[in-house]
Amino acid sequence: MRIALIGQPNCGKSTLFNQVAGYKAETGNFSGTTVSFTESKVRVLGEVVDVVDLPGTYSLAGTNPAEREVIKYLTSNAVDVVVNVLDASHLSYGLSMTVELLELDVPMVIALNMMDEADRIGIRVDVAALERLVGAPVIPMIASKGRGIKPLFVTAFKTGQNHEKPIQPEYSSDIEQYLSVLEKELAGVESHLNPRALGLKLLEGDEAIRKNIIAQKPAIEQDLQKIEKSIQHERGQSPDWVVNGERSGLADNLAKRVIRQGKRKTTFRDRLDDVLLHPVFGYLFLILILYLFFQVVYSVGGLVETPLMDLFGNLEVWLVSRFPNPDGFLTQILVALIQGISGGFAIVLPYLVPFLFGLGALEDIGYLPRVAFLMDSLMHRLGLHGKSIVPFILGFGCNVPAIMSTRILEDKRERFISAALSTLVPCAARLAVVFGLVAFYLGPLLGLVIYLFDLFVIALTAKILSKLVPDESPGLILEMPVYRIPTLKAVVNKAWWRIREFVVEAWPLLIAGSVVLSIFNYLDISKYLNILVRPLSWMLGLPSEVGVPLIFGILRKELSLVMLGQALGSMEFALVLTPVQMITYAVFVVFYVPCLATLVVIRKELGGRMMWQIAGLTILIATLASLVARGVSMIFY
Amino acid sequence: MKLLDIPKGRTVKILYFQGGKRLESKLRQLGINPGREVKVLRYAPMGGPVMLDVEGRSVALGRGIAARVIVEKT
Repeated sequence: MRIALIGQPNCGKSTLFNQVAGYKAETGNFSGTTVSFTESKVRVLGEVVDVVDLPGTYSLAGTNPAEREVIKYLTSNAVDVVVNVLDASHLSYGLSMTVELLELDVPMVIALNMMDEADRIGIRVDVAALERLVGAPVIPMIASKGRGIKPLFVTAFKTGQNHEKPIQPEYSSDIEQYLSVLEKELAGVESHLNPRALGLKLLEGDEAIRKNIIAQKPAIEQDLQKIEKSIQHERGQSPDWVVNGERSGLADNLAKRVIRQGKRKTTFRDRLDDVLLHPVFGYLFLILILYLFFQVVYSVGGLVETPLMDLFGNLEVWLVSRFPNPDGFLTQILVALIQGISGGFAIVLPYLVPFLFGLGALEDIGYLPRVAFLMDSLMHRLGLHGKSIVPFILGFGCNVPAIMSTRILEDKRERFISAALSTLVPCAARLAVVFGLVAFYLGPLLGLVIYLFDLFVIALTAKILSKLVPDESPGLILEMPVYRIPTLKAVVNKAWWRIREFVVEAWPLLIAGSVVLSIFNYLDISKYLNILVRPLSWMLGLPSEVGVPLIFGILRKELSLVMLGQALGSMEFALVLTPVQMITYAVFVVFYVPCLATLVVIRKELGGRMMWQIAGLTILIATLASLVARGVSMIFY
Repeated sequence: MKLLDIPKGRTVKILYFQGGKRLESKLRQLGINPGREVKVLRYAPMGGPVMLDVEGRSVALGRGIAARVIVEKT
């Protein structure tokens, strides 16, 4: 038995899933799409059933690949019963998708979630009437408090077992007549949809389905055109408009018959937006909140990083001393292994963990969409939308979660540009290079100048990229969720899933890369590497020894500073580099190829091609930017 | 008249959209369909988006989109 949870974004579907699945969930990717379906085993009435958490979608129109994948999955034999999770406090919205689900004609149960929220805003739902109208069981519940979960799964289990299907929503008599004509013709056609749903999709003008059907049964095209023409003639509107309009009408009608709106009290939460989205105070709060957020992440990270680094440093020294030959092949491999492990442990995780906790909390509170609202106009000037600000902000901590957060962007173009830009944002590690080299030797003011220069380059790149890749999306359309107090369990769960992704997918590569480079080093390939990078280092007026630290820096950006000292034979950089060289080097390091962990995440989120494109792009930007930096700093030094 | 021209605090009725199918279906998903009444809650400064109250839910629309939503006063 398999139960699928489906609902619109923010209906509490994942809260429900996490309540029953706990930490046992595993994620699975469906081929060719970025839609992830999470599945878990749950015990119901003594039997083990699979519960699948489908990604939140607003509708089942099939206009994007995620929706199409969801429809296909729901109508495949894999699912025995669909649980439609609805937010009772916003019931009139959710019902439009319920109507679409009813049309799929699969066994279904409605989970009426957030009853407490509905109560708060004075909404009463007539559960019995809803059950009667849709012909499916309706279970009122409060997922966040664990209420109603057991009855929900017991009912879902029984509905799936008995294969009870809901009532089909009825359109106007003329549309119904055309539908029955289409249904007859579509009887033998092969599709995952039932003939009636197929007929509706055809009238809605679903291109993919239309092509598929006509290929199977060419005769249908003529009749379909005839029907479309008569609808257009009789209604004076295109068939897709008529069907969509009637469907919203069906949902509205359903809503009208089951919802009783009582008096709505304005609460503290309603007034919160007046302050947080205020034309002046809104921005002040934005700066304050982000400042506090980073302050906490940096101080927690810094507190943990130093002792951990020391610990691994001592471990390394101790282990090496146990070996007779400190420069031996095995010793070198061992050192590389430790460095790879400590890189994840001491440098990435101390910042990533508090960062992801804080981010999860901000997300659950509902603040991030507000940031998008406030920043939309600025981002527009760069050719982007407000939502793209989120990965951008995250990038200052670490580029890895920044890339992960591009998931919230719907369109591919926006995702590519945002991902590319967030790799240019100086993360904590690169900041260390800027501080350790430029700010330390040439003064903090110059460090700040490099920082500002970085922001300028990002803005310029955004402008150029958004010109090169034309915008297709119509603009910002974003729902502002109600402010909620996050639950510890939800925040921990979310952070844990994201940390797990780093640990399982990026970290092993970091360790492997570290080992491979130590083998290079052992075989004395360094000088060849330096020759390889020579055209670049010559162009930038840098000594040829920078080749190795630059290549190692891809592994971990801090290495480009640490290894620079080793390569030049002195950690006292003022003795071996001129000020111009320091600035040029620091600027190059800030921009060129993001670290390996980031590259791995880009590949996972956006595919290998985009990873190479972004890597190439950043080398180009780094070269140009450091040439500019070299030229300008030569005037002053 | 355009939704974009409606001052803050006013309630209007949606008439139709000047735009493609994609825009229309996206707006419908958020409950912004012809016939529905929405209230303009606030505008973000410097050409930022407009925030609407759609049956108790807040939805932000970029100005480019708000210019393509045709409404009438109630």
